[in-house]
Amino acid sequence: MLAFLLRRLIQACFVLIVISLISFAIQDKLGDPVRQMVGMTTTPEVREQLRDELGLNDGFITQYTRFAKNALTGDFGTSYYYKEPTIDVILKKLPATFELAFCAILLVICIATPFGVITAIHPKHLVSRLIMLVSSIGLSIPIFIIAIFMVYVFSIQWNLAPSFGRGETTLLFGFWESGLFTKDGLSHLLLPSLSLAIALIPIFVRLIRSEMSEVLQSEYIRFAWSKGLSAPRIYFFHALKNTMLPIITIGGIQAGTLVAYTILTETIFQWPGMGFLFMDAVSRVDTPLISAYLMVVGGMFVVMNTFVDLIYGLVNPTVRLASHGL
Amino acid sequence: MNLLSVEHLNVNFHFKKRELTALIDVSFNLKRGERIAIVGESGAGKSILGFSIVNLIGKPGYIQSGTIKLENKDITKMNLRQLQEIRGKRIAMIFQDPMMTLNPVITIGDQLVETIRSHTKINYKDAKNIAIEKLRNVQIASPERRFDQYPHELSGGMRQRVIIASVLLLNPDIIIADEPTTALDVTIQAEILQLLLAICRDNGVALILISHDLGVVSKVAERTLVMYAGQIVEEGPTLEIINDPQHPYTQGLLNALPQMALPGQRLNQIKGSMPSLAERPSGCAFHPRCPYATDKCRTQQPEFIYSGVSSVACFMVEDMLSEFSQDDEGSL
Repeated sequence: MLAFLLRRLIQACFVLIVISLISFAIQDKLGDPVRQMVGMTTTPEVREQLRDELGLNDGFITQYTRFAKNALTGDFGTSYYYKEPTIDVILKKLPATFELAFCAILLVICIATPFGVITAIHPKHLVSRLIMLVSSIGLSIPIFIIAIFMVYVFSIQWNLAPSFGRGETTLLFGFWESGLFTKDGLSHLLLPSLSLAIALIPIFVRLIRSEMSEVLQSEYIRFAWSKGLSAPRIYFFHALKNTMLPIITIGGIQAGTLVAYTILTETIFQWPGMGFLFMDAVSRVDTPLISAYLMVVGGMFVVMNTFVDLIYGLVNPTVRLASHGL
Repeated sequence: MNLLSVEHLNVNFHFKKRELTALIDVSFNLKRGERIAIVGESGAGKSILGFSIVNLIGKPGYIQSGTIKLENKDITKMNLRQLQEIRGKRIAMIFQDPMMTLNPVITIGDQLVETIRSHTKINYKDAKNIAIEKLRNVQIASPERRFDQYPHELSGGMRQRVIIASVLLLNPDIIIADEPTTALDVTIQAEILQLLLAICRDNGVALILISHDLGVVSKVAERTLVMYAGQIVEEGPTLEIINDPQHPYTQGLLNALPQMALPGQRLNQIKGSMPSLAERPSGCAFHPRCPYATDKCRTQQPEFIYSGVSSVACFMVEDMLSEFSQDDEGSL
C-alpha cells in the first residue's frame, strides 16, 4: 500500500514536470501580459522596464529554472491581475468547481447505471430503444449547445432554476465555501451540474450496457439462476458488481474529460470556479495563473486516478494492492 | 411413482428467419434416488435437455411443447417465481467448468449463504453454519477459512467441490450434473465422481448425469439414455447398453472408446460428424453415418421400440425383432 502510494507520488511529480514544461512553452504565444497590465498611455520604455522586472526578457531556460525553484518551495508565482499568489487564487475557486464536478459525477452514476442496466436486461424493449436513441443523440451534441439550450428552456422559458452564479453559500471549516447546504445554492447547482452530467451520461449508458450484456451471458450468471436467486439479486448484485470493474477504470479516465468540460460549463453558467478563472486568465494573458491552473489540474488527475485504483482494488478481489505492492 | 417425468418434450430455437429444432419428442422418467446418464456427442442436445428441465434454456431457445412433471406439477407451465422456488431447492445443477461457474467477485461463503437465504427464512449465522457443514461434507479442509475466500484462491477441483456443496445446501431431490468432470484434471476427475456418487447414494438424491464419457457413465449411472441429434435413440440399464448396444450409434460410441482399439492401431471413430440443427437429415437422423442404413432409414423416422431389456429407435433392430417373433410363430 505504502509502496503503491509512493509510486503514485513519483508519477505525480513526473506528470507535473511535463505539464509545467508544456505550459511554459506555450505562454509567450498567448499574447503580451504587459499590454493587459498597463494603460494606453504607458511609454515603451516603462513597458520594457516592467518586462525586465517580471523577468519576461530572460530566456526560456532561465525563466523555467526560476519557476521550478520557486515551485519547489510552494510558490507558483503571483497572478498579474489579482496580485496574489496564484495558488491562493486557484484554491479559493476550487470548492466551486469541486462541488460542481461532484454533483455531476453523482448524477452520471445515478442516471447512467439504471439506464445501462435496463437496456442490457431488455435490449429489445421500447424503453431501451428510446434510451439508446436519446443517448446517441446526446453523444453527438456538443456540451455548450446542451448548456445554452438548458438555460433557454429551464431558466428563461420556464423559470425553474437560476442560470448563473452559485447563489447563497455557507462557509465550512473556515475556508470551504459550499453551496450544497442552502436551498438557493442547490438550485444554482442544478443546471450546471446537469449539463455537465449530460455530456458523460450517454457514454456511460453505452459502456454499462455493453459490459453488462456480456456479463449476463456468463456461466456464473446462469449458475446464479439455477440456484433460484431472485432477478434483482442476480442483476444488481451478481451482474452489476462484475460490470463495474471496467467501468471504474474508464470512469477514472473520463474524470479528466470532466475537468475539461467544467471550463465550458462554468463559462456558460458564470460559475465562479477554476474553469471560469482559467478562461479569464487566458483572456488577460495572466501566464502565471495559467501555468498554476494546469499544474493543479494535473495534480488532480493523478489524485483522481490513484483514488480510482484504490476503489478498483476494493471491488476486484483478484487485485490486492497491498499484497502485490502495485 | 416417478419423481420426474418428461413427456414428448420439444425444444426449439427461434431465429428471425426460421425455427430450429433442438429436442424432438424426448420422453423419460426418473424415480426418487435413481441415477441416470444422458450420453452423446457434443451437439446432441444433452445440455439443452438438462437445462430445459429447470426451464433455463438460453434465448432464443424455448420449450415448444411437451410436459416436464415434477411430482405432478408441470414445470413448463410455471411462472418465474414458481420456477425460482424449484431451482436450487428441488432441482439443483452442477455445471461443466468450475472455473467459470462461481462469481469471481463474491466470496465463496456469500455465494453459499445466498442460496439458503433466498429459499428459506434462516438467519445469516445459521445459514453460515449449514454452509460450513456442507463444505466439510465435500471434504474441503478448513472450511471456515474457505468460507471467506474468493473463487480465484481455490483450485479447479476445489471449486467443483464448492459447487457440489452449494447444490447440496437445500437437500434437493434431483441433481443435474452437466459434464461435471470434463474440465478437470484426470486425477481429480475420479475423486469428484466418487464424491458425487457417494453423496447421491447417501442422501437418496436422484442424479441426471450428462456426459460424453461412457467410462464415467458406467461407474455412476444405473440407467443410460443415448441421444443423437436432439432425440433419444436408445434407453436402458447402463450395463446392458455397454455390454450389448443395440443402436448402431451406441455401438459406434462404444467402439470409439480408446480401450477398444489395440495398441498401435488407429482409434475407431464414427465416420462423419453430428449434423447441425439446421441440417437435420430426413428420416432417421443417423442414417448418413450409419453402416446399416437402408432406403427406409432415409425417408422414415423409426419408432421407439422395446427390445426386451432396452428401448431403441432403429429400423434394423425393429426388423431383427420382428424376424425373431415370426420365427417363434413358425416353430409353434
